[in-house]
Formats: sequence, C-alpha cells, structure tokens
Amino acid sequence: MRAISWVAVNVFKESVRDRVPYNLALFAVLLIGSSFLLGQLTAGQDVKIIKDLGLAAISVFGLFIAIFIGIGLVSKEVERRSIYSLLSKPISRPQFIAGKYAGLVLTLAVNVAVMTLALYLVLAYLTYVEPPTSRAAWDAPGTDPRMLKAIGLIFVELMIITAIALFFSTFSTPMLSAALTFGLFIVGHFNNDLKNFDKIMESKPAILLARGAYHTVPDFSAFDVKTEVVHGLPVAAGYVAATVGYGFAYIAALVVLSVVIFSRRDFK
Amino acid sequence: MRRGRAGGIALALAAFAAAVALQMARDRAYPREELQNRAFLYVQSPAALRRIALSFDSLAADIYWIRALQHYGGDRLSTDGRQRYSLLYPMLDLTTSLDPYFKIAYRFGAIFLSEGYPGGPGRPDQAIALLQKGIAADPGNWEYYHDIAFVHYWQYRDTRAAADWFRKAAMQPSAPEWLEPVAASMLIQGGDRASARFILQQILKSPQAWVQRMARRSLLQLDTLDFIDEKLKKPIAQNPPPPGVPYSWQWLLERRALPGYPTDQTGVPLEIDPATGAVTVARRSELWPMPKQLAR
Repeated sequence: MRAISWVAVNVFKESVRDRVPYNLALFAVLLIGSSFLLGQLTAGQDVKIIKDLGLAAISVFGLFIAIFIGIGLVSKEVERRSIYSLLSKPISRPQFIAGKYAGLVLTLAVNVAVMTLALYLVLAYLTYVEPPTSRAAWDAPGTDPRMLKAIGLIFVELMIITAIALFFSTFSTPMLSAALTFGLFIVGHFNNDLKNFDKIMESKPAILLARGAYHTVPDFSAFDVKTEVVHGLPVAAGYVAATVGYGFAYIAALVVLSVVIFSRRDFK
Repeated sequence: MRRGRAGGIALALAAFAAAVALQMARDRAYPREELQNRAFLYVQSPAALRRIALSFDSLAADIYWIRALQHYGGDRLSTDGRQRYSLLYPMLDLTTSLDPYFKIAYRFGAIFLSEGYPGGPGRPDQAIALLQKGIAADPGNWEYYHDIAFVHYWQYRDTRAAADWFRKAAMQPSAPEWLEPVAASMLIQGGDRASARFILQQILKSPQAWVQRMARRSLLQLDTLDFIDEKLKKPIAQNPPPPGVPYSWQWLLERRALPGYPTDQTGVPLEIDPATGAVTVARRSELWPMPKQLAR
C-alpha cells in the first residue's frame, strides 16, 4: 500500500510540475467571464447556462487531463527508460500500475473539487445579486446541492476514461492510446443506441453482436444527468448508486487487465 | 539578457498592433458581409444534433437558444427590410430537442413566433406546435396550456379554443385558481378587452422579466385602443374634412376638435389615414404592430 501511495503522490507532483493546475485558472476565467456576458445574451437564463457551462467544463477539462496524462503514465516511463530504475526498487508491477492510476485519479479529484468550488462560488454570487422575484422563476436554486450528483457521476466517468487511457498506455504508443481512448469516449456516448438495435434489425447475429458491444463498450451516456440536475428534476439515488457501482466494476476490470498486460511486458 | 527579453516582448506587441491596424484598415476598405446576417443552420435535424452533442446537449441547447434570441432580435431590429425569421422555428425546435425541459425556450419562443409580422414571423401555428412539444416533455406544467390558450385568444381570437386550453391548464397540478374563472369568462363574454386585460394582469405577476415585459406591452396596446375609441373616434367622425381635403391632425386641431397631437401610450404620435380617418400607431412605436381589433 505504501508503494502504491508513493507512486501516486509522485504522479500527482508530476502533474503539478506539468502545469496541469493552470486549467483551473482557465476554468475560473471562463466562468466569471461568462457570468458577466451571459446576462446580456440569454433573456434571464444566465444561472441555467452557467450551470450547464460549468458542468460541461468540468467534464471537458477532466477529459483532457485524463486522456493526455493517462496515455503517458506508463509509456513515458518506458520512453525515458526510467522504468528500469523504478522496477529495480521494491515496487511490484501491479503496485506500479495501481499507483499510477491512483495518482492520476488524485489529480482529477483535486481538479474536479476546485472546479466545483469555483462553480458554486460563481452561482452563489449570481444568486446573491438576483432579486428574489427573478430567483422564483428558476427551475432549481442557484447553489442547488443536487448538482453534486452530476459532478459525482462526471468524476466516475473521468475515472473510467483514466483507466482506459492507462490500459492503452501499457501496450501502445501515446498517439494511438489518445486516439483509441477518445474514440471509446465517443462510442461510449452512443452506447444506448446499441441496446436498442433489436428494434430496428431482424438479424439475430447482428442483434447479439450489438448487445455484446453494448455490454463491452463503456456506457458513458448513463453518467450524464446534467440536464436533469440543472432543471432540478429528481435523479434517483438508486440510479446513481447503480451507475457508480457499474463504473467501479468497469474500472476494476480495466486496471486488472492493465496489470496483466504490463506484468507480461519484457523491457529488456 | 533582461533587455533582450523586453525588446522581444516590445517587438511582439508592435507586430500585433500592426496586425490589428492592418485588419481595421482592410475592413474599412473592403467591407465583408457580416456572418450573422447570413441565415444558415448547418445541422437541422434534432436527432442528429443530439448525437453530435454527446453529453453536452444542454450546453448545445443554450448555444442554440442564444442564437435564436440573436436571430429574432437581429431580424426584428433590422432596417433593411430583411425580416424573415426563417430560422426562428428550426432554432427553437433544436433548442428544445436538445434540452426538453428548457421552459423559457418554449414560452418565449411561442411569444416570438406568434408575434405578427414584422414584429415576428406571425406564426401562431408554430407557437402552438412548440408549446405542445413542451407539454409532451412536461405534461403537468400548466404554463404551457395557458400559453396555448393565450395564443388562441390573442392571435386567433378563438375564444372557444382559448377557453378549452384555459380549462386544461386549470386541471394541472399547482395551477393557479384564477384559470378556471378565466376559462368561464372566455365562454360567456367572448373576446373582450376586459377579459384580455385580466389575463394580461395575471401574466404580469409572472416572475420572468421577459414575460412581464410582453404583458406590459400588450396592456399598453389595449390602453391605446381604448384611447383611440374613447377620445379620437368621435371628434374625427364629427369633423370630416371638406371633399378633396385629406384627414389630418392639423385639420382637427384647427377646428379645436382635439386638445393637441394625440400620442399612443408610449408617447409616440398616432397616425391618421388621410383617406379614411382611421387611427393607427406609428411604425416606429414599440406598440406596432397592434393586435387585431378586440371588442370593448
């Protein structure tokens, strides 16, 4: 466990050295700038749009961090040949992979937490300056705690993307890993269509293939409850729990696969 | 070293300033067609756009909402007679397909669509279609039923259909109590100004500033109609100009039939038809175009 946390902390420190936290400043500028502009453009919908923009930005910034750091987690060590000195230390290969994954998840967690705080601060300010009569027209309160459900699901989605990037990073080049991870991210959002193939096709093998793909490809569309929380619509706790559970199981499968592949790699 | 860096930054800033100056000079010498003046919509299919938007459909809806507002505002304010509003409905359709719970897009969208040309496209049918889409997404929301009733009443003068929709609105959970009497008064009194004024005063209580603004404008239109009927029609009828002389305010003022130049409720002078003596609001008034005549 100590070895895993040692690797994880180093990944986190490296991301700070790589100026990843700069995206937080960009996020803050984006939100504050938008909050001033949108009031003039949106016919009183600035709070709704700030929520949409904030949630989308948390997702997009997290996606870029997960992909562009995730793809280099293992391959960079191999390229730099620092893998030899690392593996000569008392760290097993599974610990190395788990530590790398935990480190990037820690980086994402800090980023998502700071972005969430910034979003709530901007929303609190907008709520404060709006007269009560205007606030009455909002679908949900400005600083609605139910948004945390959407943010939590975004975070688990980012954890899956990190696991995918790490998985590809164990056997592929960074360029190809990025393309494959991004491809899976897009396909994962179309996943729901695969489930309903039986409604538009009659061929049994094709339906079975689509069903198989539906269960194999990560079901990212299930993690999107942004529209619901922005409008204050109920999102069942059971749904969130089941989706988070699915996410953790999927991550476990990917990390184990990464460990298996990495353990069999020969670095001589 | 430091001097060299400062020199580099100064050089970069000078180059950037030169680029901006050249850009401004070129735009002055060779004006280009503004992109927003060209009406286009790359993707018109809501289903396709939902897929393209991945999980960012709400944000895409916001973008289309802002575009719809700009399209409506731009066409409404344009002075080159290009008021077509051709993309208003497709944009609102995309907005509400991407975010089916975007209440304001349905409600304001319906106001924009039903507004008579040139203040809007004059398409109450599309306004009703948009609101019915809102009902399909959120069947318990009384405001959509109320807005359909209002379109039937204000644009079509169809009091029977309006009463029917007011009654449907009253049946929804959390509907206000005043809806049921409005439905009844529609059927009993038909479309009179008193009923219209009552409905508009209820709409005025809406927390949404734009809805309030629309109601306030409509109330001013009703006040102007009352003013024309009460203060102008009689003196105009009693003081016709001699044959060959057109109707004019000047003529009426000379005859001391009016105390001064009459204005609408926003202070813009009213216009008199030289041939018939009919009084209308000026095109430059915010109250123009006026609704179809309502019985007093």
